[in-house]
Amino acid sequence: MAMIKVHGYQLSTATAMVRACLNEKDLEYEFVIVDLSKGAHKQPPFLALNPFGQVPVIQDGDLTLFESRAIVKYLAKKYEGQGTNLLGSTIGEQAMVEQWSHVESQSFTAPCSEVVFQILIVPMIGGKTDQAVVDSSLKKLSNVLDIYEERLSKSKYLAGSFFSLADLQHLSYIHALVNLAGQGEVVTSRVHVKTWWEDISSRPAWKKVAEAMKL
Amino acid sequence: MVVKLFGPAFAASSRRVLACLIEKDVEFEIVPLDLLNGEHKKPEFLALQPFGKVPVVQDGSLTLFESRAIVRYYAEKYAAQGTCLLGKTLEERALVEQWLEVEGQNFRPHGDALVYQLFVAPIFNVPQDKALIESSAQKLGEVLDVYEERLSKSKYLAGDFYSLADLSHLPSIEYILSATDKGYLIKNRRHVNAWWEDISSRSAWKKVLAMGGYSGVN
Repeated sequence: MAMIKVHGYQLSTATAMVRACLNEKDLEYEFVIVDLSKGAHKQPPFLALNPFGQVPVIQDGDLTLFESRAIVKYLAKKYEGQGTNLLGSTIGEQAMVEQWSHVESQSFTAPCSEVVFQILIVPMIGGKTDQAVVDSSLKKLSNVLDIYEERLSKSKYLAGSFFSLADLQHLSYIHALVNLAGQGEVVTSRVHVKTWWEDISSRPAWKKVAEAMKL
Repeated sequence: MVVKLFGPAFAASSRRVLACLIEKDVEFEIVPLDLLNGEHKKPEFLALQPFGKVPVVQDGSLTLFESRAIVRYYAEKYAAQGTCLLGKTLEERALVEQWLEVEGQNFRPHGDALVYQLFVAPIFNVPQDKALIESSAQKLGEVLDVYEERLSKSKYLAGDFYSLADLSHLPSIEYILSATDKGYLIKNRRHVNAWWEDISSRSAWKKVLAMGGYSGVN
């Protein structure tokens, strides 16, 4: 059986999400670098894999799949017999995993990524950080994290007492915010969010990926 | 036990859930919420949905929010009844998830911006951001170019079968067409338009629209 191929980029948060999942599921894979800094993701060979020109893409046998959150869900289901269970054990638990995964994708990640983009990426591409955007994004993120603080004061992980895709989906975005952009205060100033972050980011499956995600 | 849906029936996210429940022959009851008077920001509602957004469903002891999570839950829970919305194999399911994410990540930001700027902002006397309207229309057009290519080769987004991925687009496209002047983005693309005509003619969707629109719309 051919090894799973991941087409991605070391610094891409979405790529890191998929790699964390592969590690949790004890899956080997071949990493094919798509050099975003050279615009490789907008060239025809890559567009044939993902017409939206975004990393990552996986190939698993005959299946080519893009969208990181679809990929991690597919891997979690297909390989449910091995590695960490990332989906919950009952249909009710699975519903909670879905709910908090969507909180990540619909409420958390946009303001978080905006902060990282302004502070880290904009200067790299020759622009000037827009502090007003940083401030308003941090405010939105703070409001969301107040709700997480309440949730995590009653629940060890987002979906319940078990680590799941809902937590995993946050890893690379929080890593970029805290460790690459130096904006960790929103996380570390909230007792339960901080504890949760320290717990999930100390998982060996994540640490391997974090090592590769350096500037 | 009947599923309770909290939220106005005309909200796009409510419609996403209602379309799914009807396709799956699941009985439900709507508990209306007065968004204009901030009912969704009051403590009773925040106890159900701490982010203060609609809809929320209550199903026995389960309370669930995020419309895209809710539709996946019901499509899975009632896999054996009503329309099959998740494909038949693990690989088909993966493609459904992929195109659901495309809707949530690539389509939604620009679609929502257009509907908010052109339809919602005037209702609340919020000044429109003309630059954002233009750039959103441009970006949505680029996303729809990819859909046009996809739908020239595939009857529905995930393959030759109707799925949640198609359903998830219904509310947003309906508002773009009926409440903004950007409907040409859909209508001018042959395969996208044919796909829209097909999915919007499904009886489940027609029943959702028959529940009523925003009462302030002319």
